[in-house]
Amino acid sequence: MSILRSLFLRREAGIALMIVLFCLAVGLYKSQFLTGQSLRIVLLLTPLIMIGAMAQMLVLVARHVDLSIGSMLGFSAMVAGLMYREFPDLYWLIGFPVAILTGAALGMINGLLVTVFKLPSIIVTLGTLSLFRGLTFIISDARQINRSDIPSELKAMSRTSPVFDIPWIILIAFGVALMTYVVVRHTQLGRQIYALGSNPDAAPLRGINVTKVTLIVFTLSGALSGLAGILYASRWGFVNPSNTGAGFEFQVIAAVVIGGVSINGGVGTVMGTVLGVLLLGCVAAALPLLGIPGSTQNAIYGAVILIALLIDRSVRQRNENKTSGVAAT
Amino acid sequence: MSDSQVAFNREPVAARPTWHVILVRPESMTLLLLVAGLVGASILSPFFLDVNYILRSFTLTAEMSLVALVLTLVVISGEIDLSPAANMALSACLFAWMHDAGLALPLAVLVGLLAGLLMGAINAFMTIRLQLPSIIVTIGTLIFYRGLAQVIAGDRSIRLPEHFIGINTVMVFGVPLPVVIFVVSAIILGLVLGTTVIGRQIYQIGTNQNAALHAGINAKRIKVGLFLLLGVVSAAAGIMAASRLGSVRYDLVQGGELQMVLMAMLGGTYIFGGRGTILGTFLAAWLLVIVSTGMTVANLMPAIQLTVLGILLIVAIIATNFIYARTQR
Repeated sequence: MSILRSLFLRREAGIALMIVLFCLAVGLYKSQFLTGQSLRIVLLLTPLIMIGAMAQMLVLVARHVDLSIGSMLGFSAMVAGLMYREFPDLYWLIGFPVAILTGAALGMINGLLVTVFKLPSIIVTLGTLSLFRGLTFIISDARQINRSDIPSELKAMSRTSPVFDIPWIILIAFGVALMTYVVVRHTQLGRQIYALGSNPDAAPLRGINVTKVTLIVFTLSGALSGLAGILYASRWGFVNPSNTGAGFEFQVIAAVVIGGVSINGGVGTVMGTVLGVLLLGCVAAALPLLGIPGSTQNAIYGAVILIALLIDRSVRQRNENKTSGVAAT
Repeated sequence: MSDSQVAFNREPVAARPTWHVILVRPESMTLLLLVAGLVGASILSPFFLDVNYILRSFTLTAEMSLVALVLTLVVISGEIDLSPAANMALSACLFAWMHDAGLALPLAVLVGLLAGLLMGAINAFMTIRLQLPSIIVTIGTLIFYRGLAQVIAGDRSIRLPEHFIGINTVMVFGVPLPVVIFVVSAIILGLVLGTTVIGRQIYQIGTNQNAALHAGINAKRIKVGLFLLLGVVSAAAGIMAASRLGSVRYDLVQGGELQMVLMAMLGGTYIFGGRGTILGTFLAAWLLVIVSTGMTVANLMPAIQLTVLGILLIVAIIATNFIYARTQR
């Protein structure tokens, strides 16, 4: 009984329930929503957000925030795209390490600014959001990488599949989620990230190298944005200096906050984040089916973030009341 | 750096000489940069030192500068608001939409301003009443407000009547009206912050909210007031921008939050609250105009300006943090 009870009280159960209810509600109205085909649509909408969300989850758990992921995605995709255009003879898989390393370098810049100069990550990444986007324009000379420049093998990754007819990019996204799970649950680094976010003052007293952990978190965020960048090129077949990755940070933050990652650091699970991403994907897939124009999508994302914040707060308050028995002032 | 380590043996420190007090202030840095920018730009182009040209250029960012003044107060009080740019867009869209639907112009303006007030109230409710961090709340409301603007206006631009257009061509003693509004607001806010009890209380709340509470300051009421003021002023700025542009789209001043935060930071407002002046933000607003028109005159592409803005933000915050660390009591 108590196991069942605690399972139900978990945040993840709430999100899963929301997904089921949402899908049923849409399905009652448009029955084609409850088919395997739309599951495929939902899954194809989510890989980039899933990868970004894993990165952002780690950053938020460490009590920071990274607003520059969209620009890092754009820059890394552009570097890989330029490489494909200028050196068409290169083996196509090289794009992956190139994009990931580019992203990691950008993420490390964020991390260094945050750790060395002790600056708040929100302002740093607001600055680099603009800085990296500007650099993307400069390196590309404000020109788009066209479909014909991107190797067909890369584009095929969004369609072809090694197993069960699931495209490569979806498998990669879930692979990243799985790896994040392993890091978070079974490595020292994972525990240190949570310790740092729970109490930044106490973390160094426990022998945690705060600078190193923070640097790693931001570098990881950059590297995963880079991975998302090369997958963007695969999924959409082009890289545009102004569109690619623009607004990505908002979708990702929405997904992560819905997934129950606390903005106060130290709290958040991979499972919750995955469910948050899936819920966002279901909403995005349902909108056109319900005849709601795409222009409402941003408003819905925004509303969803605010609602998630409210839920997060009420849950936290209930827990506090339970543990301390003292009402908040 | 080694000097600060001697702070253990607490001998009375000699008062800093007056020139030191005046020179080692963030505002002095801004002023210095402003002069350097003027000199540099006038070397780039002999036409640059035309006062009318600079004033005309200033009308392009006068609305955002106006908002940045109020934002400075919010940051000094220890909060932050990233949503004013989205607020400007939504108020302007609502105003134009109402007018388009047949509402009389003054009433439509009133609706726009009330919408701004309401948006400020939502921010205030979530950050002050519900005690959620203002950073993440205003990221949420940023997306939400901008999304609502998109819902209202769609992808079209709403035209405004001829007689309403052109606030930037109205001259008061040879100075464009938006510039006059900005200067007058700066003087009023500067006096409020520098000479009134409320001004001192704002500093005190930002320096140490607990101490302020124990000193009998109603921190909540003041912060709510600041958020409401910021909401209304943003709406007014949005309507001013609508008059200057002649039509309204949902992407009005998209990404403007960066420039507003940049103006405050560049003017020496301390990101963690408690320090900063209206004079600094006032100077920084002019500095930004000089920099951006200087770059336009020098024929640099807009993307480079984006890069420069990003770098400026990071450099500004590093510099102010450094100065404040040096002059800490």
